[in-house]
Amino acid sequence: MSLAASTRSETTKVFSTAAWWVIAIVMIVYVGGMAAGMAGLFGALSDGQLGPEAGMIPSEGLPAMVYSIASSIGYVFPLLIGTLMVTAEFRHQTLTPTFLATPRRGIALSGKVVVAALLGLLFGVMAIVVTVAPGAGLLAVFGIETQLGEGDTWAMLARILIAFMLWTVIGVGLGALVRNQVAAIVIVLAFTQFVEPILRIAGGFLDWLNNITSFLPGAASDTLVGTSFFTAAGGVDVGSIGVGLDWWGGGLVLAGYAVVLLVLGGLTSWRRDIT
Amino acid sequence: MPDGQLLEFTGVTKRFGDVTAVSDFSARVEPGVVTGFLGPNGAGKTTTLRILLGLVAASEGRATIGGTAYRDLASPLRAVGSVLEASSFHPGRTAAAHLKIFAQAAGLPASRVDEALGAVGLSEVAGRKVGGFSLGMRQRLGLAFALLGDPGVLVLDEPTNGLDPEGIIWMRTLLRELARQGRTVLVSSHLLGEVQQTADRLLIISGGRLVFQGETTELSEETDRSVVVDAPDRAALTAALTAAGIDFSALRGGLAVRGDDTAGIGRIALDAGVALSTLQRRGPSLEEVFLDLVNGVRVHPSAGGVVAAVVADAAAEAEAVEADLVDAEPAEAEPLETDVAADGGADDRADAVVAEDADAVAADVSAELDAMAASSPGSAAAVGFAVASTGIIEVIDTAPAAEAPDEESDDRPSDAAEGEHA
Repeated sequence: MSLAASTRSETTKVFSTAAWWVIAIVMIVYVGGMAAGMAGLFGALSDGQLGPEAGMIPSEGLPAMVYSIASSIGYVFPLLIGTLMVTAEFRHQTLTPTFLATPRRGIALSGKVVVAALLGLLFGVMAIVVTVAPGAGLLAVFGIETQLGEGDTWAMLARILIAFMLWTVIGVGLGALVRNQVAAIVIVLAFTQFVEPILRIAGGFLDWLNNITSFLPGAASDTLVGTSFFTAAGGVDVGSIGVGLDWWGGGLVLAGYAVVLLVLGGLTSWRRDIT
Repeated sequence: MPDGQLLEFTGVTKRFGDVTAVSDFSARVEPGVVTGFLGPNGAGKTTTLRILLGLVAASEGRATIGGTAYRDLASPLRAVGSVLEASSFHPGRTAAAHLKIFAQAAGLPASRVDEALGAVGLSEVAGRKVGGFSLGMRQRLGLAFALLGDPGVLVLDEPTNGLDPEGIIWMRTLLRELARQGRTVLVSSHLLGEVQQTADRLLIISGGRLVFQGETTELSEETDRSVVVDAPDRAALTAALTAAGIDFSALRGGLAVRGDDTAGIGRIALDAGVALSTLQRRGPSLEEVFLDLVNGVRVHPSAGGVVAAVVADAAAEAEAVEADLVDAEPAEAEPLETDVAADGGADDRADAVVAEDADAVAADVSAELDAMAASSPGSAAAVGFAVASTGIIEVIDTAPAAEAPDEESDDRPSDAAEGEHA
């Protein structure tokens, strides 16, 4: 019942059901398609092929924007898989044998956190591959510098991996707190696809609101990565770096969400009687 | 061979809000025998077992395995194997993967997965997803999980749910064998018949309290034996027994009389000139004893003084409630009520019973109702009755028996007997 044993067990748990690859496929299609679409659209625009507005889109920020679609759009997927790692156990009552094998619940939760972080890494690599490959290819087609030779680009990709790892861990904390799978999925989708985007767009127009929305998890994630889909697509500096946070500041905010959720969940729901 | 450990419950109490699920439960479960943990649904069996396994935190008290709380065991699955509900599986996972997960968590060698699957006869379907399993297969997989660590203690909550008769026999044999090897086997059930043949010892819990602890053979006494007697002319037999002052209850297959005096009953029949078609001794009905214990009608000393007092209180309360159904009934009239309910088998209530000589009235009522029962053998004597303040009994015919009495259940007379002696 050591942490190592718990980690091995949790790894087998993740890879012995379909959830991980189903979510991975959806992520690859969604994120990859988005990156290819954006690279094609903005590449064509900046190239002037689509009309006289050519040149209005500066091309130098394009590669980073396209590559970071992996996290700026795709962060919902590591969040979802992390959440499911926990709520599936409540849903199928496998928490009973889990706690029978590992009665120290803190160790069981720690095992999940470790595996979630590793799973985030795996998802991050997959997301980066499917955004950078078609993105860079299409940018190159339109004669835009892919910036793949620059250290900054690779540093950004590394930060995307960190963001993915934090998102899966946030998912574990959320799952431990909420327990109910349907409720947790609804919360994840509603917050990431609806609540936060609207607040951040509003924050783009209201400075006072922007000071708050910059600390929302999605915004903190974008700050960590260093670029944002909202920034580029909206043409306004939305949510990202709005309050002068460095990339590591964003990372700390995001890690803060993970810690708060894990501590809250770990001390409350996770301790409850398993009946 | 793993060692069986002593399981000890010491003053275990569990409250869920205002509801006390388990109340001051103290018991010991010894290695080397199968111990049945019995109680009706909702008696607190599952909660007690989950407290033992560290899944539910006790409000008070302690449950230990060989002196150690579950969460402090060095290697829980090697020490204790447990089967709780039959649905603790992810439907999309294969049986082998399910076991592998917990073998890894417990640091067990991977070979244990195949061995455990083999032990429960699931080797063939190791690679199949659990979602396609029948309830019986899931129970077997649950047992495979319990056997994973080759543990010295086995805790099984209703393990035969969903098993076919063949599976039940297989389970019984397995449990006996595991106990014979020196392991501690604790198996819960809400059906006495299910553990009666397997369990050497019994713990009986009712309303969260222990009401019996001891050998299965201690459960019944000689007085729990009965004689089944029948005659083609059952009315005549009924009359003869009644005349001889013998208590009996009507079953489908005859009349059941407490005790084992076949000769005496044969003599009564002979004297009355009734030809018998059946006269046989019947073993003690443990079910009856079980129900009496659970309902608090019977109190076993093993339940402990405090519990006994409480159960007695509960029994008194129950009687008081019954008594409340009868207006202005003096205390001495209680046996009357019970007697009537038992013999008449009809669930009518006295409109008003104010008996001055309760015993005499009771006897009269019995006689009247017996006569009624005799006049319509095999079906409920659908009668209502009232006892006037003068002690005159009117037998009132009510609507044709809507509900036949539960003829199979012969526990009612024992209630009556207890009531009379109360």
